[in-house]
Order: sequence, then C-alpha cells, then structure tokens
Amino acid sequence: MPATHFLPRSSLSQLYDTLSNKGYRVVGPKVDLGAITYTELGSFDELPVGVQEKQAPGSYQLSHTGGVRNFSWANGHSAIKPYVYASTETLWQVSETDNGFVFKPGEPNAPLTAIIGVRACDIAALRIQDQHFLHNTYRDEYYAERREKLFLVGVNCSHCADTCFCESTGDGPEILDGYDLLLDELEEGFLIRAGSDEGTTIVNTLATTEASSLQLDEAERQIKSVAASQSTKLLHEDLHAKLLTQLDNPIWDEIAERCLSCGNCTAVCPTCFCHREVEKPELDGKSSSHYREWDSCFNQDHSYIVGEVVRENTKLRYRQWMTHKLATWVEQYDRIGCVGCGRCTTWCPAQIDFVREATRIVGPELLDDNQ
Amino acid sequence: MTTNNCYIPHEVEIVERVQETPDVYTFKIKFTDPEIAKSYTFKHGQFNMLYLYGVGEVPISIMSNDGELLVHTIRAVGRVTNAMMGLQVGDKMGLRGPFGRGWPLDEAKGKDIVFVTAGLGCAPVVSSIRYVIGKREEYGKLVIMQSVKHRHDVLWEPQYDEWRRVPNTQILLAASREKTQWPQWELGRVAVLFDKADYDKDNCVVMVCGPDAMMSGTARTLIDLNVDPKNIYLSMERNMQCAVGHCGHCQFGSQFVCKDGPVFSYPEVEELLRHRGF
Repeated sequence: MPATHFLPRSSLSQLYDTLSNKGYRVVGPKVDLGAITYTELGSFDELPVGVQEKQAPGSYQLSHTGGVRNFSWANGHSAIKPYVYASTETLWQVSETDNGFVFKPGEPNAPLTAIIGVRACDIAALRIQDQHFLHNTYRDEYYAERREKLFLVGVNCSHCADTCFCESTGDGPEILDGYDLLLDELEEGFLIRAGSDEGTTIVNTLATTEASSLQLDEAERQIKSVAASQSTKLLHEDLHAKLLTQLDNPIWDEIAERCLSCGNCTAVCPTCFCHREVEKPELDGKSSSHYREWDSCFNQDHSYIVGEVVRENTKLRYRQWMTHKLATWVEQYDRIGCVGCGRCTTWCPAQIDFVREATRIVGPELLDDNQ
Repeated sequence: MTTNNCYIPHEVEIVERVQETPDVYTFKIKFTDPEIAKSYTFKHGQFNMLYLYGVGEVPISIMSNDGELLVHTIRAVGRVTNAMMGLQVGDKMGLRGPFGRGWPLDEAKGKDIVFVTAGLGCAPVVSSIRYVIGKREEYGKLVIMQSVKHRHDVLWEPQYDEWRRVPNTQILLAASREKTQWPQWELGRVAVLFDKADYDKDNCVVMVCGPDAMMSGTARTLIDLNVDPKNIYLSMERNMQCAVGHCGHCQFGSQFVCKDGPVFSYPEVEELLRHRGF
C-alpha cells in the first residue's frame, strides 16, 4: 500500500500547476450545458463546486448542495473514452503520385493528457478497452499512442446515483488499481496516494502532510457507505448463460416498442468499441483520407451484408446490444462488457432501464424485492 | 506509427482482368513492392481487404494464386465493388491481408473431401478445390456440390467439366429455378444432390459456403446422414470494415468473423445460426 498523504483543499491547484508544468493537457469535470462534462481545464477553479446530480432513466438533473466539494457527484455522460478511443481517427492518408500510391498512417498527435476525477467504473472500462484494442490479436496503434500518454487521477466516489450499479458488477465504487494518482475527497481536502512512478514524482511536488488516522477512517467510512447505498443491482449469477436461453423471450418485442434505436446508450457506454470506416477524397482528386468514427449496433447499416440487413428491426438490435454486453462479451474477454456506470439508462430518451430489463428477462421473480 | 500498423494497405497493380459475366469480374494482381510480394503468403479460405482509391475498402476472399499473382473474383453489388469494376489492366489498388482463419485442409488429409456451395459461394472454395486436386493422392474421394438458381448463374462451367476428369472426383450441380433439366444437372436446391454424393460419412471433411440458411440446412442434412458435426465447416459472411477484430460489425455472438473465422466448425456457430439477427 503506497503512502497516503493529505492535500488541503486550498492546495489542490498545485496539482494542476505541476501537471501543466510537466506538459500535460489537463482534462477534468466541468459543468457544461447542465451536465458534468470532461473537458480541457484552464485551472481547477473550473471544477464543479458543491454540485450533485440526480440520475434516473432518461433523466439527469444537477443541483447545488451549498457545500465545498468538487467531486460530490457520481458521473457525467462520458469520461476517459473519447480521449483514448477518439470519436474520429484518421487511419491513413493516400496520395496519388508519379510513383503510384503513397500511404501514410494517420498521426493522432495526442498530447500528454492528465484526466482528473475518473471513477472506478471508468478505469474498469478503460481496462476493457485495453483488452480490445491493445492486448488482442491485432494491436491498434492509434489507441496505443493515445493510451501511452494518459495520466489518470482517480477520485473515489462519495456519492452514487440511483442508476449506479458498479458494486454488483465488481467494478466499484472503490478504485483499487489502474490509477497514477488516487484521491479521496474529504471536507477539508484530499487524501492522495500514488499508483505509478510518475504519480509518486508528482505527489512529491505537492505541499502535503501525512494523512491522520482520523482522515483515513473517514475516507474508508465514506467509500463503504457509498457501496452500501447502492440499491440498483445487476443480477450477476449465471447471467451469461441465462440470457442466451432467452433469445425468444417476448420481452424483447416489448422493449423494441419503446426503444428508438437512437444509439445514445452505445455513445455513452464506456466500453462500446464499434466504429465504421469512412473515405474522404479531396476535391482535387490528388489525395484521400480514410478515417474511422464511432458507430452503433443500433444503426441499420451496422449489420448490412450484400442484399440483406442481418438485424433489420429494433428488437434484434436491442437484443444484440444486451446479449453482447452481458453474455457473449464473457466469451470474448472473460468478463461482462458492463461496468455498472448506468449511463445507458440515464441517457436513454425512452427511459429504458438496462438493469431492470435484464432482470425482467432472466430473473423476473427478483423484481419485487429489487426495483 | 510503427510499420506493423495493421490498417495500412499496400499498393497492388492489376495485371490481368476478366469480365466473367455482366456483373462479375476477376482481377489478377501483384504487389508493386517486390519485398512485400515475396513475404506475402495466404491460406485457402482467407480474405484480403481491397481498397479502391478515393472510394473505400471491401473484404474479398482469395480465389487462388497464379504464380505470384493473386486472383480475386468480385461481384459488383455495392458502392465499392461497382466502382471497382471500372478498373483496367495497369490500374493500381490498395490491399491489406490476408486475414482470418481458412479451411482445415491439413487436418483433412487422408479423408474424403466434400465441398458444398451455393451461388457465387464457389469462389471462396476454388483455391481449396485446386489445392486438393493438386495433391490428389493425399486425400480420399473428392465431391463437389454446387447449386445456383439458373444454370447461366454458374461461373466457370467448363472448369467443372475439367474437374470431372480428375480421378476419384464427383461433380454434382443443381439449379433451383431452371425449367429444363440439362445433362449433368439436377433440378432443385443443394439438398437434392446429397442422395447422389458418394463419400465415407465416417471419414470425411465437409466445407460449406453460401447464405446462412443454406449452410444451416446443409449442416443439419449432413448430421442426419450421420456426418460428425465437428467435421462440417462453414464460411460465414458478415459486415467487415477493419478485418482485424476491432470495428465490431462482423460479430456473430462472441465470434469476430473476420479474425476468428470466416471459416468455423459447425459446433462453433450452430446455436446462434438457429436464430435470426446474429
């Protein structure tokens, strides 16, 4: 266990300065358009103060607690994913020359990026995306370049939304590893510990004191109480096997009557990796770019093959999304593709509750106790 | 960026071009970089991503090789393949590959070999058929079953006549919508050919290529005839854009068809083939 230090609230800006001086672009949470949004920060003065959110299916509302805390909310619509798996990425550019075609790989030109305020669910999702893009048959060089330049400042949750269920997927709310720095937010400031050499170097530049046993106890009590307060639970036992025995369950039809097939759930999901490839020729005909952009299994052309769309209706697409996340993902990557962040439920305009629907399909007898 | 970037195509040149039918064409192509030409090898049943400048990429199965030339037979059905049909000898394209898992031709040595294909489905197995014919003594009986809607849909009919003369080889053809029964042809779908096929059901490998429903039906027929499901192989088709298991379009349940397939043994895909939408 690395040493835990205490950083007074008034000294948090030192962390920004150190990161910035070391050349990092500092990304963190900021209230923007009524939601917590991860964006490049000019200083930590831009962090939310005393902001809490209420999340429900199809609903995300910020409110002010009057408190001083910067991280008293659970999550926003996205965090790490767009900074490592970019929503558009040029794969190559080709030019037509006298000596034939010259192919040049796209350059992500990713700056060193420090992201502050990442949650246990976000780190778990990043680990899943690492499995997919890095530790796989083929390595994605674009993802790799962005990934190598990430510095992660995790913050343990002190509040969970009604849509959160990371405790039941085993991904949170406590951050156990995968961070460079880890913060626990207390009223008077932050407990801070390093999880990497670079993290240690940075902690050593800050005006910290040794954390008191009282503060350590308070942080522990806080994270335990968050875990205990999580009432939404994803059925986990044999979910995988059970879901694949329910492919003809009429509930899929019933969900399809509400689902708009809009793809919001896949856009906010921190583990979704589908993308399409697009060609963009220059008007002068002398060169062309080939890039990728996020795609969704809810789009009709996602499953297009010659003369046929394999998933031609919403029922088949919703079933694909849920069976992939909760069942077939296990065979691909030895765990479910869901980290319990609840974003797909919050940002669904049709208020479809992912956990509730999964429960209705595989364990309806549990609904009365649970929901 | 490293040179091992799996997304970057290499330049190829069209050396020969054959218009097989109004909408089917064959390119024989070579890499313009001799180093890449030398290091390129493929397994029968794998595919390449062909890139048309300024238009995009398509996955195309490798039909065969002719010396150092790679042979691709393509049907003009979509945005890229329609535009690609306009290319002529001397024109350049991009190519990356080969990708995927091919047919189990090594494991099949010493056994009877049965190919069952429908439509243009023949193209992904032609290289395998030629391989088996080239090493005829290393395999048992060879049975080739092909079904089409109309007799004129079949590509390379003279080729089948040639294969008929290969020792220990049976060629069975069926046309499902033909009104005339031509010599050497049966009327009906591929299932009508099974009664005539002569092979050892206890010691064979069957390789099937065609639409999902045809492959699924063929596999069930074979199992009813006591062929071990493990010895039945299918080549699956799904939307493919990256070919390296990243883009997600080709997922069939837990399988990425581009890298785990396109060739699967029947038990690997049997369960989900029963359901629409995977």
